[in-house]
Parts: sequence; C-alpha cells; structure tokens
Amino acid sequence: MTPDPDPVQEPAQDGTRRLAHAPALDVDPLLDDPKTRIVVCCGSGGVGKTTTAAALGLRAAERGRKVVVLTIDPARRLAQSMGIDSLDNVPRKVKGTEGGGELHAMMLDMKRTFDEVVEAHADAERAAAILANPFYQSLSAGFAGTQEYMAMEKLGQLRARDEWDLIIVDTPPSRSALDFLDAPKRLGSFLDGKLIRLLTAPAKLGGRAGMAFLNVGMSMMTGTLGKLLGGQLLKDVQTFVAAMDTTFGGFRTRADATYKLLQAPGTAFLVVAAPERDALREAAYFVERLAAEDMPLVGLVLNRVHGSGADRLSAERALAAAENLETAYAETAENLEEPRIVDQGGGKAGLRNSPDTYGSSESPAPAPSGSRPDESPSSRPEDMTDESPSSDDPDRTVDQLTAGLLRLHAERMQLLSREQRTRDRFTARHPEVAVVEVAALPGDVHDLTGLRDIGDRLAAGRPELP
Amino acid sequence: MSRLQVVSGKGGTGKTTVAAALALALATEGKRTLLVEVEGRQGIAQLFETEALPYEERKIAVAQGGGEVYALAIDPELALLDYLQMFYKLGGAGRALKKLGAIDFATTVAPGLRDVLLTGKACEAVRRKDKAGRFIYDYVVMDAPPTGRITRFLNVNDEVAGLAKIGPIHNQAQAVMRVLKSEETAVHLVTLLEEMPVQETADGIAELRAARLPVGRVIVNMVRPEMLDAADLDLVRTVPRTAVAQSLSAAGLGGARRGGKAEQLVNPLLAQAAEYAERHALEHEQRAVLAELDLPRHELPLLAEGMDLAGLYELANELREQGMS
Repeated sequence: MTPDPDPVQEPAQDGTRRLAHAPALDVDPLLDDPKTRIVVCCGSGGVGKTTTAAALGLRAAERGRKVVVLTIDPARRLAQSMGIDSLDNVPRKVKGTEGGGELHAMMLDMKRTFDEVVEAHADAERAAAILANPFYQSLSAGFAGTQEYMAMEKLGQLRARDEWDLIIVDTPPSRSALDFLDAPKRLGSFLDGKLIRLLTAPAKLGGRAGMAFLNVGMSMMTGTLGKLLGGQLLKDVQTFVAAMDTTFGGFRTRADATYKLLQAPGTAFLVVAAPERDALREAAYFVERLAAEDMPLVGLVLNRVHGSGADRLSAERALAAAENLETAYAETAENLEEPRIVDQGGGKAGLRNSPDTYGSSESPAPAPSGSRPDESPSSRPEDMTDESPSSDDPDRTVDQLTAGLLRLHAERMQLLSREQRTRDRFTARHPEVAVVEVAALPGDVHDLTGLRDIGDRLAAGRPELP
Repeated sequence: MSRLQVVSGKGGTGKTTVAAALALALATEGKRTLLVEVEGRQGIAQLFETEALPYEERKIAVAQGGGEVYALAIDPELALLDYLQMFYKLGGAGRALKKLGAIDFATTVAPGLRDVLLTGKACEAVRRKDKAGRFIYDYVVMDAPPTGRITRFLNVNDEVAGLAKIGPIHNQAQAVMRVLKSEETAVHLVTLLEEMPVQETADGIAELRAARLPVGRVIVNMVRPEMLDAADLDLVRTVPRTAVAQSLSAAGLGGARRGGKAEQLVNPLLAQAAEYAERHALEHEQRAVLAELDLPRHELPLLAEGMDLAGLYELANELREQGMS
C-alpha cells in the first residue's frame, strides 16, 4: 500500500484533479469502433453497473450502431426507462432513441434461458424429462452459479445471432464479482468430470467384469452420497445428469467457447466502481484477475465522483470563514445586550469587504478570532454595530446562510479529498488502467434523457462542476 | 431480543459495517457475540484491521464493559468436511469426495447446498452450549448476502427439505428452518436514503414477509448531517448574490466586487446549495417511503473521515444509544 498523499494539499489551480499518470478513458472511440463487438461491465454491487451499461448502450445507438443491452437485474425504474419492465428474455427495441442506430434491451430470465438450452439440444421427449426433473428445476431457478452461467450463455447466443453490431452486457450481482468467469467453468467441469461418471456409473458400467473392483468403490461412494443426500435426491441427480450428459455432448465445450469469446479481440471489459474503499478494492482485484485470464480490459468507469466549482477554497479555510461569521454574529449579539447608540453610518459594503487575500499561494489560515482587527482582514471592524442580529435584519440572515454555505462546502471538500485518496491508491496500484470519471447525480435515472445525460458525462470524462 | 441477527442490504449500503457495529453493540457488559461472514470477502478482517480470517472462531475485538466479539468467515468447503466429520465421522470419505470433485460440486454447483452449509453453520453457533448448558454466544450476527438474494438464501433449507425428502440433509434442513423462522431470528435491512436501495428494501421486506421470515429493523446508513435548515433553503432561492458576496468578503474570503475572490465563490457555493436542496428533498421522500414499511428504524451518520476502527466503535455506540442492542 502506498502512503496517502497529503490530504490538505490544495488542488491544482485550474481545478483539475486528474493525476498525470492515470490515462483518460475515452469511451466514444471504443463505442464507435466497428471492431468492438462486446462490452462487459463488471464490478461490485451498488456502483451503478447496470446504469453504466444502459447509458453506454444508448450512446452507442445514438452514434449510429445497432446495439443490444443485456441486463441481469435492473432496478425497476431503469428497466422502465428502456421499456423492458416485463421480463421475457427476448431483446426489445427501445423507443425514443435519436440518431441513426438502434437500441435493443433485454432482461435475463435465467430459468427461461436454461430451458431454451435444453429444448435446443434435446429431442422433445428427453427435454420434457429434464424440464420435469426436480433437481433441474431447482438448479435452473437460480442457485449458485446458474445466473452467471446463463448470463454468459445468453451472451454467446446473442453473439451467434450476429444481428447486432455491439452487445453490452451487465454482470450479475454475485457474491464475488468474478463468479461469472468462474461459474461456467465450474459447471462445465462438473458436468464433464469424474463425479458425473461416478454418478452415472451404475448404469454405464453394469455388467462389465473387468470393472467390478471399480464398481464396488463407486457404489460405496454413491452409497455415501445417498446417505447424505437422501436416496430420492441422488436418484433425481443421477437422472438429471444422465439426461444432460447424453444430450449435451460436452457442457465444457460450451463453457470454453464462451470463455474464448470473452478473450477474443472485439471484446472489451469495463470495470465499474465508485470512489469508495471497498468498491475500488474490488475493482483492483478485478483488474488483476482479468489480466491473469487474458481478458481485454479497456478501463475503469468511476461513478459518483464529486466535484466543486470552488475547489480552490479548502475545507479548512471554509470552516474558519464560517466560524468568523458566526463569531462575529455572536459578538454583536452579546454587545446588543447593553443599550448603545447604533451607528447608522454608511459605507457598509466597503466595511464588509475584505481584500483579496486568499489563494493557494498565500498563507491559508484566516485570523483567529482573538487577533487584532487592524492586522486581520477577516475579522470585522469593531464599529459594525449596524449588524444588529434582529430576526428581520437581512444581513444577519445572509451571514447565517453564508456560514451554512461554507460549512456545506467544507463537507464537500472533505468528501473530495477522501475520494481522491481512495482513487490515488487504486491508480498507484494500477497506473496503466485508463479511467473515466462520472459526476455524482443527486437522484436516480428514470428515463432516456437521464441515461443520455450519463452517457454525455461518460464521454466528457470529467465530472461537470456544479 | 433475537439471538440470531441477520444483516442484509443492497450492495454498497455498508451492511458489513453495520453488522460489525451491531456485533460490537451487542457485546456490551460481558456479553459474547459471534460475527459471521458468509460471502468470503474478508470484509470483517478489513474493518477490524486484522489479517484475513481463517475458518475458525477467533476473538477480534473487546467491547465496552468487557464484552467480546468473535468472528468467523465460513468457508463452505471446510464447513462441509466439518459437517461430515461431526455427524458421520466421515473424515476419510470427505477427502475421497474432495478428490472426486464432489465437495466442489456440493459447495459451488449443487442447488443450494452451499447456502445450506452457510446457514447451517450459523444456526449451529446459535444453538451451541457449554458443559453447564449455557449458550456459548449470547448473540450471533450474520453479515448476510445482499437484499436481492436474502430470502432465497435463508429459505434454501425449505427447498432442500423438499428436494431431499428423507435422510440427514432433510433433517438438518428442517432443523435450520425452525431456527430461522422463529423469534430467535431477526433479519435487518440496511439502506441508504436513495431511491434504488429504498425500493430494494421495500421489495426485500415484502419477500421476507411472504416467506414468513422474521423481519427485524431498517437501518439507514451513511445519513448526511443537515447543513442548511428550511429557512436557509428558502433564502438560497431569493438571496441577492451581492449580499452573499459581501458576507463572504466579511468572513475574510476576498473582495466582494465583481470578479473579486469572494464574488467568484458565490455561484459555485449557491450551486452546491441547490444540489443539497435537491438531495434533501429526495431524502425526505425516501424517509416517507421507509416510514410506510412500519418497522423500527435506526439512522447511522456518515462518518466524515471515512470508515475505520474508531468509526466502527462510534457506530456501535450509536446503535446502543438508539436501543438496537
């Protein structure tokens, strides 16, 4: 782990917070390149993965490509914004897009996808037997790994149809972001592995004398399994496996094909994260894992990044200034306790003005409240008793508001520096990864306009400063 | 107070943090809690700033008044071997099964077996007693899978009991279900004051209720402090920019004249206030949605310095003060 950068360091004068060594990710060339055929968005839960996938899909379509977005578990309103709130496992054309391309979207129905695989590869009778098997029904309804497997299966199907220039796929909200890489292999190796042969052994090996010894070992094993699982379940598993085995002719081949598709030129992985410790830790892990698997990573999308149009004003200075306003107000309130002649003198604006003294190159600390007024540009002149803190005094209320604005700004700047530190940690570990930052939005996306806006932010590559 | 406290929530809401803070909060006054991790993320170790947790119950923190927090990261594979050994003395067979890929099958591919093992291990810790017949752990807190999968995860034993109609797995599944559906268990959902997590919380609660799983409380995490009150927000819309510029200048932030340093701050600061107002209104709406769920609700503050061990104790105190423990 690298040491944190100095948290109080002032950002650069031009307001940019990009590190020199983090290359910028430019999404438009990626989306426009006809050689880009698949974009996989991955990352941990709650970082805006599905929204990113949808926004990229819309942007690519409006830039002229024929796109399909495969979402796994979209939030209801996001799905509605693309008109896919009914789950039917078929890509539907999204209405209301602009430009020359087309956007199609679909939501993955795991069970339906699994059923389709069975129906496509088995004759009607065998398919019916598999579909009716209780073990199959549980497996296909979404237990460990099925969702990941089916997402990749669907991706393979969409790619094979060759109807779209570009497929953008969202990855399932797994317990680990890598499950979609591992699950197909696991399921494949299980279905092609020793255990399957063992489970189906009694049927296959029965009667062959030379195999008698082996057979005893195996029936001992299946005996153990039977004891554990209960006889009926084991029988269900065996029936299921036998049916799958003879019908599919190598589940692993399919899993391998999908895996190769992910490594192929034309596939681009985008890791999506938010500038939070856990999300970026997961992102770093993912980057390493993709490299190890020879999967082509194009960059990191960093969602929900905060910015500030006033980032030259540090949190410390803003807080000190807010305190100045509040202290001055409290002091005048105290003074008001005793009756005194109120100075009605003019030139208020002049008195309230302080010279232009702040800036990163100058001493950042405002005068502490105890300092002498003639030396302190920030403390109020003593004679400003016209700032009487009565409820109808507009200045008093404005001062209070201004103090609030400054505290709000200080909070924002603290958040900025925390995000920056988290990000720097990632960049230090993976300086080669191109990054695009997307500004935080106050609310969620409800329509194509919202998605388009996110697409613009993705392409602009820098948070729009409020 | 239920002895098994299950903490779920949408990804990114900080459910691991809340689970850890709850385990600390429940461990006051000499109590002992076990914090259980089921997703293999090692999030607990990171929170408590210790090395990765092995499959072993290990003390990781001391709470106020001498209470203790133990932690366990459940590894499904080891849990299965454990289970085979414990109930069937099948240590050797376990190794043979492993060689064949059967353990791999059971813990990664087989429908729900993995979840059976995870929930089973947690329930075992809930029921475990010492020689004198006292419970080893006063409370077990589970850092559970996210809201989208929690009902299925907790209900897996029902499904398994249906699949394996007889045999030890059937019996074990039913025993676990009895704990999970009783008052011994409470399922809490962590959310943020944002639309998607709140919606997911509402959906998750409906699912839990439909499955007759005991819903506990809603914990709103990372609540930001109120920076501007209603009067301020009204004023933001009408205040003359020059007045704010003058006020900023009076606070020592430069000149209020056009182009002066204080004047240049006015627009960005007001823009931030407008953004704050928008978020504030959204949060208000989301609170109203949560209120309709008719469940006890707790709020935990966003820690300005980010999450660390001190922050964890702060959140535990907060939960204790709010009567969650």
